[in-house]
Amino acid sequence: MAQETIYPAPPQGKTVYLINGVIHAGNGQVFQTGSLVFTNGKITAVGNNLPAPSADGIIIDLHGKHVYPGVIAPLSSLGLTEVEAVRSTNDFSEVGEINPSVRSLVAYNTDSKVINTLRSNGILLAQVTPEGGMIPGSSSVVQLDAWNWEDAAYKKDGAIHFYMPSLLPPPSLPGRFPITKDRAEEFAEKTGKVRAFLSEAKAYYQEDKRSEVNLKFEAVRKLFTKEQKLFIHCNLVKEMLVAVDFAKEFGIDVVIAGGADSWIIADVLKQNNIAVVLGQPHSLPVTADDDVDQPYKTAAQLQQAGVLFCLSNEGFWQQRNLPFEAGTASAYGLSKEEALTAVTLNAAKILGVDKTTGSLETGKDANIVISTGDLLDMRSSVVTQAFIQGREINLDNKHKQLYERYKHKYGLK
Amino acid sequence: MSKFFSSRKRLSHLCLLLGGLLAGSYARAQETFPVNGVADNREGCYAFVKATIVKNGSTVLNNATLVIRNGRIVSVGNGPVPKDAVVIDCGGKYIYPSFVDLYSDYGTPAVKKSAGGYRSDPQFLSATKGAYGWNQAIKSEVNAATVFTVDGTNAASLRNVGFGTVLSHQQDGIARGTGVLVTLADDRDNKVLVKEKASAHFSFDKGSSTQNYPSSLMGSIALLRQTYLDALWYQSRPAKEGTNLTLQAWNENGNLPQIFEAQDKWDALRADKIGDEFGVQYIIRASGNEYQRIPEMVATKASFILPLNFPQPIDVEDPNDARFVSLSDMKHWELAPTEAAAFEKANIPFCFTASGLKDVKQLLAAVRRSIEYGLSEQKALDALTLAPARLIKADDQVGSLEPGKLANFLVTSGTIFNENTVLFQNWVQGKKYTVKDEGWKDVRGTYTLTVNPGNTKYTILLKGSAATPALSLIQQDTLAGTVTINGQLVKLAFPLKKGGEQLRLSGVAGATEWTGTGLDTSGKWVKWSAAFTAAATKPDTIKPKTAPQIGNLYFPFNGYGWEALPKQQDVLIKNATVWTNEKEGKLESTDVLVRNGKIAQIGKNLPAGNARVIDGTGKHLTAGIIDEHSHIAISRGVNEGSQSVTSEVRIADVVNPDDVNIYRQLSGGVTASHLLHGSANTIGGQSQLIKLRWGADAEELKFAGSDPFIKFALGENVKQSNWGDRQRERFPQTRMGVEQVLTDAFTRARDYEKAGAGKRRDLELDALVEILNNKRFITCHSYVQSEINMLLHVADTFHFRVNTFTHILEGYKVADKMKQHGAGAGTFADWWAYKMEVQDAIPYNATIMQRVGVNVAINSDDAEMARRLNQEAAKNIKYGDMTEEEALKLVTLNPAKLLHVDAQVGSIKAGKDADLVLWSDNPLSIYAKADKTIVDGIVYFDREKDLELRQRISKERNRLVQKMLGEKKKGTPTQKAAASMEEMYHCEDLQGGHQQRLTDGNSEL
Repeated sequence: MAQETIYPAPPQGKTVYLINGVIHAGNGQVFQTGSLVFTNGKITAVGNNLPAPSADGIIIDLHGKHVYPGVIAPLSSLGLTEVEAVRSTNDFSEVGEINPSVRSLVAYNTDSKVINTLRSNGILLAQVTPEGGMIPGSSSVVQLDAWNWEDAAYKKDGAIHFYMPSLLPPPSLPGRFPITKDRAEEFAEKTGKVRAFLSEAKAYYQEDKRSEVNLKFEAVRKLFTKEQKLFIHCNLVKEMLVAVDFAKEFGIDVVIAGGADSWIIADVLKQNNIAVVLGQPHSLPVTADDDVDQPYKTAAQLQQAGVLFCLSNEGFWQQRNLPFEAGTASAYGLSKEEALTAVTLNAAKILGVDKTTGSLETGKDANIVISTGDLLDMRSSVVTQAFIQGREINLDNKHKQLYERYKHKYGLK
Repeated sequence: MSKFFSSRKRLSHLCLLLGGLLAGSYARAQETFPVNGVADNREGCYAFVKATIVKNGSTVLNNATLVIRNGRIVSVGNGPVPKDAVVIDCGGKYIYPSFVDLYSDYGTPAVKKSAGGYRSDPQFLSATKGAYGWNQAIKSEVNAATVFTVDGTNAASLRNVGFGTVLSHQQDGIARGTGVLVTLADDRDNKVLVKEKASAHFSFDKGSSTQNYPSSLMGSIALLRQTYLDALWYQSRPAKEGTNLTLQAWNENGNLPQIFEAQDKWDALRADKIGDEFGVQYIIRASGNEYQRIPEMVATKASFILPLNFPQPIDVEDPNDARFVSLSDMKHWELAPTEAAAFEKANIPFCFTASGLKDVKQLLAAVRRSIEYGLSEQKALDALTLAPARLIKADDQVGSLEPGKLANFLVTSGTIFNENTVLFQNWVQGKKYTVKDEGWKDVRGTYTLTVNPGNTKYTILLKGSAATPALSLIQQDTLAGTVTINGQLVKLAFPLKKGGEQLRLSGVAGATEWTGTGLDTSGKWVKWSAAFTAAATKPDTIKPKTAPQIGNLYFPFNGYGWEALPKQQDVLIKNATVWTNEKEGKLESTDVLVRNGKIAQIGKNLPAGNARVIDGTGKHLTAGIIDEHSHIAISRGVNEGSQSVTSEVRIADVVNPDDVNIYRQLSGGVTASHLLHGSANTIGGQSQLIKLRWGADAEELKFAGSDPFIKFALGENVKQSNWGDRQRERFPQTRMGVEQVLTDAFTRARDYEKAGAGKRRDLELDALVEILNNKRFITCHSYVQSEINMLLHVADTFHFRVNTFTHILEGYKVADKMKQHGAGAGTFADWWAYKMEVQDAIPYNATIMQRVGVNVAINSDDAEMARRLNQEAAKNIKYGDMTEEEALKLVTLNPAKLLHVDAQVGSIKAGKDADLVLWSDNPLSIYAKADKTIVDGIVYFDREKDLELRQRISKERNRLVQKMLGEKKKGTPTQKAAASMEEMYHCEDLQGGHQQRLTDGNSEL
């Protein structure tokens, strides 16, 4: 047995009936002794007291196990890197400052050994996101059980990313750093470049007749029809206010990615309908004087203010801990179901895939995770089965295989 | 004759005139320097009479005489005025000894900072040419006297604020050679040298050295310690060494006053500790934040040189920028001027230095500020004069006004610290330097002005300051005019009626009256004279100062610090679920009594007695979490990665008690952390186990009596795989080479141990010998099975045991070998994929090792994750089906065993230290929070108190922000809001900034 024999699953055959499970729908609803039915990859029924399953279906009695929508990992370099420190395995950062036409999807490696370690923790979809420069390109949402990137594509090029230059120097050296005019100037100059680019792109988009095609402008067309969103990666208040201003100026959908200090301006974000993909709650406070648990409770503050937000763990292998980031957000103020929503339905909404996934509702794809206990708590989270578009996926991975190999060596059971 | 034209005024005027005529210096001895022209030897005998003479901080003589000759003081007090003395009337004036600055680089060449570091090619040996030592930062051979030359411009600016003598040295390197005591006379270099070698200087900053070693603060400390030993050894002139001029100079300089520059209050203690080890009492050039730890400063028994460069208020107008300024920086702004007063109060000897001031002109204002914040004037004067002179044993020459000493003194208009006082003259070696002429003659008062023809009389009033008086014409409508006095010449101008033409007069301020000519309003020539009628009625006024309002000190100096350090008290935790980690297992509804910092009793319904009762109902009590692999609370470099073997460096030397991560980790239930050197080299530095006694100083943080450990590392970091293409020179570059580094080091250690008397004591090998003798224990950073196996073989060959493999992500592949060897493991729960050597890391690692029989701990290597080690432990339930109690031990009892402290901590057992955590929920659940974290029976983190602290931070920040806004409004110059960044380390981090730190600790701010 090897990683190579973990095959992508074939399309769903028979109708599947999950019965006697605690169904966490992802939209806040919980069915304590619930059932869920899916056919041809789509959920056909969910709730308590459903009609008896038909005999030709597959009936799975969950005996009280927990059922969740597949967790979605936004802002991930999954499949774009295999060994972070080895340059040849890195495909997430292209040369140049403004590269909107670059597409992460085509570099997404479905054979990455990391992917299977995420699935076995309930992560079934990911937003494969490029980095580098200011506008590194577009991200796509993929489902994590595929032979190749074409099969994996769940929503293509749904977001353009803008990494805003930071007003603070990187925390690479300790000591005190002046918030220099230079940095503010650099910030103004760089954001100015992006603003100019978007202005020209918008103008370009107004006129159909042209002698030369500009691929960069073409790549952001859908921003102006709101078929695409602009994810602005930034963390500080001033940066976020500029991001909000971008939304107003260009009439586009802006999502803040990172948002460490978003709790300070939650009301502004709400007022302007700006969604936030919150960077990992498992972070240290931004400043020495911040509440020691500030990053843990930021999610609850956004929830309270009514901001649409989801959680991200960033990185690639790290994403397998995304459910626990939600668990922490729950320990510090979100209800457990709100915390679940923060890694499922809210993520789907922000990534524009909520029509087909993010919650366990009739008509949506059967992207389903079954766990023996609370998925958000490592103390009890053991994923026993998972389905992507109704296909039961293989939950094996390299780690389990090495576990077996060495249990064998030592004669352990 | 009017009062104005007294002989006093006439004489003092004479003095002004003579000043300009003086030339040369006063020394009669034959000189080697030939004279071009006619010899002009003068003795320069002066008598300053009727002065208020402040001989020193405690002796003031009124109406006294100072006599000087040949650049030295002849008499002070009521000695006879020699016939050949030029007599200067100093009635109303004050004479002070001029100031002495011990921390100057006056007249020495500018030092270029090293541009070296991680991005340059490695440099293993000193680039200094000549028969000097191996390390470029040890420059004991530098003799400031040989590089010194008079610098007229700088001398003038120092004289203008009152300095007469400075101790100057080349401020470059860790050992900086000797300082030269010079006066600030504008004379030939030969004449101004008072003491050629007056001091020896040290710092922790390698300065212009381009050599890699040392790259960290702990490396600097180790280098100093080793050099002390080397110098001692060199006294016997060991043949093998040849001539080492650096060590020779080091030894020669040993009897001089030793001055150490500290960059921080903790540096002062670090320096003092080195001094204690080698029988040296350093004079410490302080950094300015020592007031935050006065008892520790007292304990050094050192004298201090205090800087006066108080921070400017921070411009906090932009709230979003101000957010990044820490409360500790704001508080430091407010409290920095209390430093000298705090030293005086604690009876710590100190002097002042102007070094560090952006503009030396701020000197007296800064001293006045210190006085405003509680320093006595007497002490302030002492700190500028006699105290520094005494510290370098030059008080026979300078520092006070005594016969025989250098004629270095100041003539002022009043008491020196009065803000209206004018410094007129600064005499250096008997030579006058005029600082300010204006106001020497105080002309203020009422005059009768007579203008002819016509004999018209006017009454004019000169008021304002003595230096720049203003003129008013006194009549029905008082009219403003101007008066300018330039030496003997005066000019006056004023209108006779409002808006009318001006009467313009000029002439001479003569001995008896002012006279001259002018033009009247109609343009006709007139003659005039003015006679003094009455002195100014109002004396100089100083606006009364109210005592400054200042906030409290915090321990540590951080928003979450204590206002008063907590005291131990007996505690009874009632009715909790107690996870004992002992054979009793998990006990429901159980009480734990803590007495004198120890667990006294475990049982049901225990009587409280005098103990503070904490209700544990519905809560869980566990032993405190022990993080076996941590890099928090470390100052200026976690890696001394500049050489492959640096067993001489010690984390113990650089523990930083101010790190807020101590508090943050307490909030996650951590009570002890093993602070490790990084993984940049094969044999890294010695580690330090601390208890998280928030508020304690570095020594008190240390886990007393714990066995010493050392960090080793294998694999990609030590072979510099991920350090970029330039780092391809340091041996080893492969895992093959790593084995050789180890084998070589232990072979040398074994030979060293066997070597007899007279051997050079080698701190690096001392530590390795301790390992060979089972007195020091290894924590080895390691990943892949081949290297683990290799180290086990090396250890077996040299008959020592590898205590702990850390990271050990492939430990599961060789768990049987580890068990056989007796090695334990400290690992991550689920990290992998970030570099090549972690490709086979699995989250079942801890489980497999544990099931094979290895003692396993889960650790952090990360300041954030350390706050959730209970959750990381819980992942082993998820991945490896570990029981909850076994999982908890991964972060409590097991690391205690790895660190050999399981007799004191790690479980809840009577007699053990009361290092406890009260959790809101099952401690292995992600929903659990530490409500209270207790170390030695003291509650260091309390979730309720934490809420109060947040309030306090917010209030205190707001108070200081408002205060600083007020300063800005008043026009006080401000500094830009600067983001206060924390010092944060991982040993694994491959970010650029972190890598830079691997070899370039010096570039830190």
